[in-house]
Amino acid sequence: MERIPVLKLKDLLLVSIQVDLEDQSAIQLQEDLAERIVDTGAHGVIIDITALEIVDSFIGRMLSSIASISKVLDARTVVVGMRPAVAITLVELGLSLPGVRTALDVERGIELLTGMGDEEGAAT
Amino acid sequence: MSSPTPVGEPEVQTIRLDQDVVRVRQLVRTHAVAARLSLVEQTKLVTAASELARNTLVHGGGGRAEIQLVMNGPRRGVQASFTDEGPGIADLDLALTDGYTTAGGLGLGLSGARRLVDEFALDSKPGTGTRVTVVKWAR
Amino acid sequence: MLNATSGRWLTDVLRAHEEQIVAAWVEKVSATLRGRLTTAELDRQVRELLATLSKLGAEVDEVDLSAPTAAELRGVLADLSRARARSGFSSTETAVSVFALKDAVLAVIDLNDGDAVRDYLGFSRLTDQMGLFTFETYAAAREELITDQAHQLLELSTPVVKLWEGVLAVPLVGTLDSARAQVVMEKLLQALVDTGSAYAIIDITGVPAVDTQVAQHVLKTVVAARLMGAECVISGIRPQIAQTIVALGIEFGDISTKASLADALVLAMRASGSDVVRRTAKDS
Repeated sequence: MERIPVLKLKDLLLVSIQVDLEDQSAIQLQEDLAERIVDTGAHGVIIDITALEIVDSFIGRMLSSIASISKVLDARTVVVGMRPAVAITLVELGLSLPGVRTALDVERGIELLTGMGDEEGAAT
Repeated sequence: MSSPTPVGEPEVQTIRLDQDVVRVRQLVRTHAVAARLSLVEQTKLVTAASELARNTLVHGGGGRAEIQLVMNGPRRGVQASFTDEGPGIADLDLALTDGYTTAGGLGLGLSGARRLVDEFALDSKPGTGTRVTVVKWAR
Repeated sequence: MLNATSGRWLTDVLRAHEEQIVAAWVEKVSATLRGRLTTAELDRQVRELLATLSKLGAEVDEVDLSAPTAAELRGVLADLSRARARSGFSSTETAVSVFALKDAVLAVIDLNDGDAVRDYLGFSRLTDQMGLFTFETYAAAREELITDQAHQLLELSTPVVKLWEGVLAVPLVGTLDSARAQVVMEKLLQALVDTGSAYAIIDITGVPAVDTQVAQHVLKTVVAARLMGAECVISGIRPQIAQTIVALGIEFGDISTKASLADALVLAMRASGSDVVRRTAKDS
């Protein structure tokens, strides 16, 4: 099972999912993130899914969970880099990723989290 | 369901572990590319396959996937079936309703998967297991 | 023997009379193709077909086009008819390319030799099989071509325009059916990624009527764009359209709608941090 690395970027945590995600890895990521948020006192989490070719209901729920758990720990989550084909499929699936904010890329995700472009953020 | 003509031999993937779901995705992707499905069509099919493979693993207690290239006249497509010898689905109508979730908190995802494919056939009886077959055609 | 082509006979005849057959065949086919293919190209095609036939004849006792052993022959025929289909030749012209082989071979047969005539009749059947096969592949190739062209037309008629830094616009013109809506959605979403734009204006001035279906399509696009982190504004809503939308009970929820494209542009620009200021006489 591949463990997804969590990087610290000042007050933010950055997760870049590069591999085809196994369910176990997703669950592990959730746990790792919760721990790192507490350890570092981070106030923002960016999950980069640029490399994800699919997002199914399990991964979708994972993303929502992470957003909810982070919120409880006083951190906001932004998911960035969703591919068009993935977005279209999610809409067809009827998955809306409740509680998950999104941005086009990491840069905009950071802007969103550091409050500079708060109106730009698209909350689903 | 139309009668798709199989092309070549089906590829079988047992679904027993987490990583098997990933392998099913990759297998389906390869076939989808070979059938010349567009990127969006590929993504929809692989996503549906992921849902169904997971169902087989989590609810069916494990089973297998058979992926096959098919043809209907000039059209090419991919057929994927997921079989398990699990408990079966007691209420098919309910299971195919949007938002249906079992006690374990994991939605069966069947209705979602159905929306992503062109053809969907579900065969399940309590006690004898489940077989789901889907087909996606290239436009 | 009448029903099948002897492999050996085929190979013998084709090899013994190759040049004569090629010449007769090319002459006959170029007459029908009216110069759209060069003689050299025709010569090449004919020789390839003959070589494949010879090879097959040497490998089997009886040549049957539907047998697995004839896969290569079917391949060559399919390529030939696909090429004809893509170049715009008619189905007859394509079939003639194959049937002309009959006359070419007939010319080298000794009609007084009963055995040869019998073999030729079997060969005639083979050519019929080949002609029919070519016709079918031609039809399939034409359909594929038409589908491709229809798709290209669809792509061309849905332009995505960059209006400003980070602001794209899709002016929809004409009816929005399922196929078109799909293309629009895919093009727009991909353009958002390619240009790094966080705003898209979907202008429906040119859409004659909006029903629940059309609204659904637009809605799906907006939701998908949001999932990716971009926001959409719908503009060009004419008074009648507005009334229809309300009458049908279509809810656009929190999606911004503007009557004019200009207003939508100002909205998008402001949202992305730019401001539009009218200069006064003093400033210029």
